[in-house]
Amino acid sequence: MNSIIKGCGYILVHTPDMVVHNGTTQTTERIVNPDGDYLKALPSHLRTYEQALHYAPNQTYIGNMTPDDLAEMAQPFYDKPVENAARVGEFGEIMPEGEFYLLMQAADVFDLVHLDKDFVAATKPAFAANNEVITEDIVARIKEGDELSHIEHLVNDEHAEGLYLDDKLVGCVARAHDIDVNLTAHIMHENLVSKASSILALLYAVRNAGIDKSEIEYVIDCSEEAVGDMNQRGGGNLAKSAAEIAGLSGASGSDLRAFCAAPTHALIEAASLVKAGTYKCVAVTAGGSTAKLGMNGKDHVKKGTPILEDMVGGFSIIISENDGVNPEINLDMVGRHTVGTGSSPQAVISSLVTDPLDRHGMKILDIDKYSPEMQNPDITKPAGAGDVPLANYKMIGALAAKRGEMTPKDLGNFVAQHGLTGWAPTQGHIPSGVPYVGFAKKDILAGKIKNAMIIGKGSLFLGRMTNLFDGVSFVIQGNTGKDEANSGVSEEEVKSLIAQALRDFASSLMAE
Amino acid sequence: MSILNGKKVIIIGDRDGIPGPAIEECAKTAGADVVYSSTECFV
Repeated sequence: MNSIIKGCGYILVHTPDMVVHNGTTQTTERIVNPDGDYLKALPSHLRTYEQALHYAPNQTYIGNMTPDDLAEMAQPFYDKPVENAARVGEFGEIMPEGEFYLLMQAADVFDLVHLDKDFVAATKPAFAANNEVITEDIVARIKEGDELSHIEHLVNDEHAEGLYLDDKLVGCVARAHDIDVNLTAHIMHENLVSKASSILALLYAVRNAGIDKSEIEYVIDCSEEAVGDMNQRGGGNLAKSAAEIAGLSGASGSDLRAFCAAPTHALIEAASLVKAGTYKCVAVTAGGSTAKLGMNGKDHVKKGTPILEDMVGGFSIIISENDGVNPEINLDMVGRHTVGTGSSPQAVISSLVTDPLDRHGMKILDIDKYSPEMQNPDITKPAGAGDVPLANYKMIGALAAKRGEMTPKDLGNFVAQHGLTGWAPTQGHIPSGVPYVGFAKKDILAGKIKNAMIIGKGSLFLGRMTNLFDGVSFVIQGNTGKDEANSGVSEEEVKSLIAQALRDFASSLMAE
Repeated sequence: MSILNGKKVIIIGDRDGIPGPAIEECAKTAGADVVYSSTECFV
């Protein structure tokens, strides 16, 4: 039987100070153009937490709005704050930056995160308030705090990475080694942010799945960070590290890396492990990326918009044995961009969309919703990258027209019916196909749609090891578990049939 | 005559638009000398 989607967690963290201090666009600018206009203008374009909270794409990401609600809004979204915004949604929450620093300390097991004691005292009550998710064992990991002078010393004299709130120093991440370039404060900060946001997503996924933490047997981290020292850069295992703090005591785990395509690869792997019977319950998880904060900030400042890339994202999806209810992952319909596929957009979409459909005699229009790259167009349009989901839908629709499934005139309707408006932050792997999995689960259970295709794509060439593109896809469909169970013949039924046949035979002999 | 014929060309492709290798193939058939080609990602 196919594996099913048991529960999903989607979280965001509003991190305006990390935009300034940790995003690579800004750190690069500080090196090459420290007195330039961009860095001067940047602070006035940063959003407050309230502005980020009331931002429609963010409310959609945590499940307080639906993709349909978002599609009905006129773009841009940033100047249209939503009224009924809330911090916690059906899928997860939007955590403020200060509380997240406490979560980073909870995630740290090497005494690297140091926080100002007055800041800790002021922030801890709010951090501990959501005790359904932030449990006592996590709160207990928060230390009393240090004198600010000690933190200033670590930042000024010991190469620590500062943690800022409203541009004021409130803590730091210390380096983990004196000379190892893979354990610098900068890298430890990046990895701890990824780990802490993954932990938060895991906690919400467990809550939403309605399972006990001990039921998760395996965790796959599919983020984009490399954890390891100078002898094993990228050695991992961020998955098991996050599982430890999240309290998943029965879990092992490993990391899977494939740039932005990694979440889709990981979900296929998780579904396969469960279907094979290797594990009963697997969590796929990823925290966010500090490097990409403010990535397109120069264009946003130039166009007079707020810095919209101020959110660290995270997600976690729990895959389990078929429960006869929840939507399942159809592993017979996996699309693959292979080494020989080529890099043209048409070749990429054919390999990911039409090849798996053709193998099953299905048409493009037989899939109710496609979830390719779900980047928020508010972010990408001012930066000149256009509306990325829309570009994907146009290519899929063009292929449908080329195959004679519809006419080119139907393209608009195809996009409206089979497409979605993007809502995810440009955090690389975070927007890649997976933001819709939570909604797909809901919509299939509600009978709103019958299936959805999740498409993950990755830019392997960024690592300078190959010029190849990458991508995989799979289909989520309504549960067929019970049907499959009925279609097979159990051992008991075979015994019963043989017994009945023998009784009939004996009766016929006696009659003779 | 192609405007690219005999010209040295630097190509920056877009991962969500037209990738570098695809532009490179077109430019080469138009007679260009491709001195650098890459694909970048902005999302």
